[in-house]
Amino acid sequence: MTTVALIDYKAGNLTSVRKALAAIGAEVYTPERAGDLARADGVIVPGVGHFNATASLDDEWRAAVRARVDEGRPLLGICLGLQWLFEGSDEAPALPGLGLLPGRCHLLDAGGQKVPHVGWNTVDIMPASAVPAGAVSAGAVSADAAPPGAVPAGAVPTGAVPEHTRALRGVTSGTYAYFTHSYVAPVTAACVATTTHGERFAAVVERDHVMGVQFHPEKSGEVGLAILRNFVALAEERREGRG
Amino acid sequence: MLAKRIIACLDVRDGAVVKGINFEGLRQAGDPAALARRYNSEGIDELVILDVTATIEGRRALARTISAVSRELFIPLAVGGGIRTDADAAAAVDAGADKVSLNSAALADPPLITTLANRYGSQAVVVAIDAKRQDGRFDVYARSGKQAASREAVEWAREAADRGAGEILLTSIDKDGTRSGFDCELTAAVSSAVSIPVIASGGAGTFAHFVDVFTEGRADAALAASIFHFAEHGVAALKQHLHTAGIPVRL
Repeated sequence: MTTVALIDYKAGNLTSVRKALAAIGAEVYTPERAGDLARADGVIVPGVGHFNATASLDDEWRAAVRARVDEGRPLLGICLGLQWLFEGSDEAPALPGLGLLPGRCHLLDAGGQKVPHVGWNTVDIMPASAVPAGAVSAGAVSADAAPPGAVPAGAVPTGAVPEHTRALRGVTSGTYAYFTHSYVAPVTAACVATTTHGERFAAVVERDHVMGVQFHPEKSGEVGLAILRNFVALAEERREGRG
Repeated sequence: MLAKRIIACLDVRDGAVVKGINFEGLRQAGDPAALARRYNSEGIDELVILDVTATIEGRRALARTISAVSRELFIPLAVGGGIRTDADAAAAVDAGADKVSLNSAALADPPLITTLANRYGSQAVVVAIDAKRQDGRFDVYARSGKQAASREAVEWAREAADRGAGEILLTSIDKDGTRSGFDCELTAAVSSAVSIPVIASGGAGTFAHFVDVFTEGRADAALAASIFHFAEHGVAALKQHLHTAGIPVRL
């Protein structure tokens, strides 16, 4: 059975994530110490609420998460966990993110619509050409990351099922997922799907085995479970590939 | 585009779903888990389990029901009824609720909203407001509509949002169970006053009522119980109707 570490840093309740992972047959544990991450086939950083909560993920935790990523183990950030993958957030400017992905998170500009953005919204998958090939740099933010302007504005047509993203394998572009957040991650080269609520922001990011979803897969019905299955399947493959 | 949500409410008493007219005369409507399963397969966006008699009789929300529903359905689940303290909220959340809905407790102890928002995040805290028209105002009632709270609905919704509530569940006592349509005026007044989502409740009788509350009423979500329970109108058919009417819904 594939073992997933679900990091509890007191940013919201993890019962729903735990239940969803149980439903798809993953073994879940909550590491007490950073050192406990060593036995994880995959690591999930969940979380809702203020970016300040990520302060609990101190240097030791950050080093342990990076170490698992460097060893090729998949990492999935959910909601606040996705935002933590970036360099930081305007919500808590002094606090660094994990910095695996370039860019900073900012307050959603909903263009007069309500913030927080709560509810089911469409996930529009980016065309394959927009997703850069090449290995993820797990050690540092890569300097050659494309600026937001370099990303094509298009999306895979609604209804199409793309092949180029592992996180969204089998997921139909234009499908609905459940969101609840006020801050967003920018649309950069790491973005494989976007959502629009006023402005267009990163709904799903993916750089090799580093993934993040702004919505809640544990609350997004069958689509959400499919994404969690994709993550767990990757974790399982990587484990079996271990010499 | 952000979809307008259709939320099914399971009013639960002693482990069974019931639904009353104007909060009185409860009648049986089925097993909560079975009903939740059916709604999910029909495309419901969210579920609310409300322990309707909990506040009156001092019962807590039914942990077993919450647990059974949340183990197999992976859509947002809110639980209300009898949540008076942070310990009550913790019990509901630990059983699998994503959100807790506070009504009488929030009126009696407004700082509880902030306490729970700090602990679980604002997205987990719904403040339910039961309002009744009175001389051109919307008066708030506590204890399942039995006790005037000496608050005005728009002003109370604003305060609840300021204190950290993530959503407002707004029920018209006048309309509840009547199937004569939502109170669009009440809903629009509250929805325009706060930046958090407002869920309209009370009075759903036809598909057209939902169109009205999403346009005229400016609701972000609409909640109903009896219209779904007795299979008079399917959730899927309602959503198709809304889609045809140009309302964004998750199909």
